[in-house]
Amino acid sequence: MDAVVDNLDAYRQGFVTTLALTVLASVLALALGTLLAAMRVSPVPTLRGAGTAYVEIVRNTPLTVVFFFAVFVLPQLDIGLSFFAFAVIAVTVYHAAFFCEAVRSGINAVGVGQAEAARSIGLTFTQSLGLVILPQALRTVVPPLINVVIALTKNTSIAAAFGVVELTAVGTRLANANADAVLAVLAGVAGCYLLLTLPSGWLAGRLERRVAVAR
Amino acid sequence: MSEAVLYDAVGPRGRRRVVAGSVVGVLLVAAVLGVAAARMAANGGFEADLWRVLTRGDLQRLLARGLAATLRAALLAMTLSMAVGALLAIGRLSRRRWLAGPVGAWVELFRGLPLLLLILFVFLGLPALGVTVSTFWALVVGLTLYNSAVIGEIFRAGILSLPKGQTEAAYAIGLRRGQALRIILLPQAVRRMLPALVSQLVTLLKDTSLGFVIGYAELLRSGRTAVEFLGGRYSIPIYTAIAVIYIAVNGSLSFLARWLDRYTRRRYGRTVQPSVADEAA
Repeated sequence: MDAVVDNLDAYRQGFVTTLALTVLASVLALALGTLLAAMRVSPVPTLRGAGTAYVEIVRNTPLTVVFFFAVFVLPQLDIGLSFFAFAVIAVTVYHAAFFCEAVRSGINAVGVGQAEAARSIGLTFTQSLGLVILPQALRTVVPPLINVVIALTKNTSIAAAFGVVELTAVGTRLANANADAVLAVLAGVAGCYLLLTLPSGWLAGRLERRVAVAR
Repeated sequence: MSEAVLYDAVGPRGRRRVVAGSVVGVLLVAAVLGVAAARMAANGGFEADLWRVLTRGDLQRLLARGLAATLRAALLAMTLSMAVGALLAIGRLSRRRWLAGPVGAWVELFRGLPLLLLILFVFLGLPALGVTVSTFWALVVGLTLYNSAVIGEIFRAGILSLPKGQTEAAYAIGLRRGQALRIILLPQAVRRMLPALVSQLVTLLKDTSLGFVIGYAELLRSGRTAVEFLGGRYSIPIYTAIAVIYIAVNGSLSFLARWLDRYTRRRYGRTVQPSVADEAA
């Protein structure tokens, strides 16, 4: 226990880094993912193809491999950034595909009649998507989006292997320094993650039930 | 809703706009790729010998061994996860509250933790308790702890998705709860959750790459070893090759999952849909 209490400061720093990585990457990935989803339902075949190709390639690639490309290949192209920035790029690129799929499934869940009605009163694609479909899709799409953010939070742990000193990296460092308290140290890290994931999961479940009742 | 409902078939003017937009889009992408290519070329990224490294027999054998190690870990972890997941699902569906409660808490706990942390728990924690554990088993046990919880939920969703009449009919002909589950519910549930299980296998396969972190010589670690041996400039061809291998293997499995999903829905009506979030983690 002492190993945890003595290093509260290190935990706090790791927690803040994890949180910063999560928030930054979530915002960027949500923006990119929504754009990709709009591309995938658009009337322009090239955009549809590009969106589909992105999602299919990324969702079949491990996040670790995406990290490899960010951390080892980008410097080969003379792009030098901090490890934290590389981590944000890798996590964003990877999760944008899943945000896209979550948004798209929300769009598909809106009744066909809504889109038909929107078109029949003469709305264009952008208008029917922006004024009719997306506002309705938003309510069903929020719980899955929260779940993707939870997955993203957990996946930021992989940044530990690529030079970012977030929670998991703090955990391994403290575990190596306190060989007699490895389990306590790691349990502390687990507690920090649960502090982020469990309340969000509970919130997602609650919203999901409310939307399910409303339908 | 199919996406085509969102817009009318484009007329001649629309088609011209689409073509113009596509040309601009393609040019934009080409410009970005061009800049990347110019930078690569400046660093010798297109020299033939750089990519010819992929034809080296020893590199190919190294990557093949890595792929075999990846598949071995993934298949063992998948088998164990399905066995443990089935037990967790039955436990959580039990009417005995002293069983269902703790099992539910266990599932939520392990779904809420990063997989890498679970692997580190096994890899660093067990030796601290005096149990020696190889990198292979640390990876497999870590993967099983996480995936059994996810697969348990898929099993549970499969059983809960069946119409209530199935259980009632089973009870009506005098089957006990366990018998109803085994003889009536499970066979139908398995059919419904097979596509979701295949998608989970894709996720699990991707996650074996975390073995890289603890030093298990799977595909990615083998590639890293090769780059460390040959030099950093070979990172582009070798990591590209590794990405292509992952995409080929996982892409075929994803295709199989989608085909199974369509087939099952057409013949039997319903399937358990894998959650997007589970595919990400």
